[in-house]
Amino acid sequence: MEHELTHSDAAHPTHHITQPKVYYIVYCWLILLMALTIGASYVNMGGGLNNLVAMTIAVIKAVLVVLFFMQVKSGTRLTWMWAAIGFIWLIFLFGTLGDYVTRNWISVTGW
Amino acid sequence: MSVAAAEEHGQHHDPHLQHQFQDMDQQNESYVVGMWTFLVTEIMFFGALFLAYTIYRRDYPDVFLEAHHHLVVWMGGVNTVVLLTSSLTMAMAVYYAQMKNRQRQMLFLAITIMFSFCFLIIKGFEWKNKFEEHHVPGPYFEYKIEEPKGAEARRAPAKIESAALTQMSKGGKVVFPKDAVVPEYASRAQLFFSLYFAMTGLHAFHVIIGILVMGTLFFMLMFKHPATDYYMPVEMAGLYWHFVDIVWIFLFPLFYLIPGS
Repeated sequence: MEHELTHSDAAHPTHHITQPKVYYIVYCWLILLMALTIGASYVNMGGGLNNLVAMTIAVIKAVLVVLFFMQVKSGTRLTWMWAAIGFIWLIFLFGTLGDYVTRNWISVTGW
Repeated sequence: MSVAAAEEHGQHHDPHLQHQFQDMDQQNESYVVGMWTFLVTEIMFFGALFLAYTIYRRDYPDVFLEAHHHLVVWMGGVNTVVLLTSSLTMAMAVYYAQMKNRQRQMLFLAITIMFSFCFLIIKGFEWKNKFEEHHVPGPYFEYKIEEPKGAEARRAPAKIESAALTQMSKGGKVVFPKDAVVPEYASRAQLFFSLYFAMTGLHAFHVIIGILVMGTLFFMLMFKHPATDYYMPVEMAGLYWHFVDIVWIFLFPLFYLIPGS
């Protein structure tokens, strides 16, 4: 029953407590990244690249929230797996886009 | 785990340990995994809408680019800051729940609730504008193409191909000509606003649920309900709230910051 977690506090020995300092740092990053998204949207990099930048920043922000605010980083392996599963599902879901993208490749009457 | 070790960890007699669990570790993990299971269903639920958005934006990129100029970027931006800040205060409420500081816990829950209302009020003003502009999908939907102004103009202007569309932008109100292209353009713009209302509406609904959850916890803390001696209820509410924040993190760039091509 050895955890690598360190507990300075005896209040809840079984649970890792994230320190407020970590929350503040993550918050600053989130605000910074938000400003960056708005800024980047005013720079014309070509539609595709603009979208890529906006979505990459959004994903980074989401990962920060999941890992630190939602405490998955200090969570158990099962928590990690469960947290990841939802996003893996999203990848499958967006895989159906393949159909929409490739439909025009072959012309078949009735499609 | 030996009994001695268990007692050393203070788990053996934890009054919050329910009999179906072996120890607090297992109980905590069950709570967290249970909450995440719910959040996975939420990801599926919102995911379908995000996919619908992706498909239609891919099909009608120009219409989406043009239509998004009707959304107010600064309002969306302020709401992003409000929601991110509320996530921070929620995290602080969870921290003080873990530290068993009831007063601070209530304080930060109250601040979080205040920010949630702030978010809804700003959202309400945005929607009010949309109603006034007849941009709410339905029988009263009206759409005219606006020339982008100021900072917006620096972005690549929308490519509007049809001459009928230019004609449309001249009049105040859109009177659909017999030309089939224009109603089609308007109905595509309506699609954008349908997605906007469906997704931000569903998100706002989640914010309302969040307020109810946090409000309930606040009163339970106030009346020292035994369940609130334990930090898990607040932590679960926190997980939910951060999820609501994540949804907005994606909604904001997708609706307010569509780049020109």
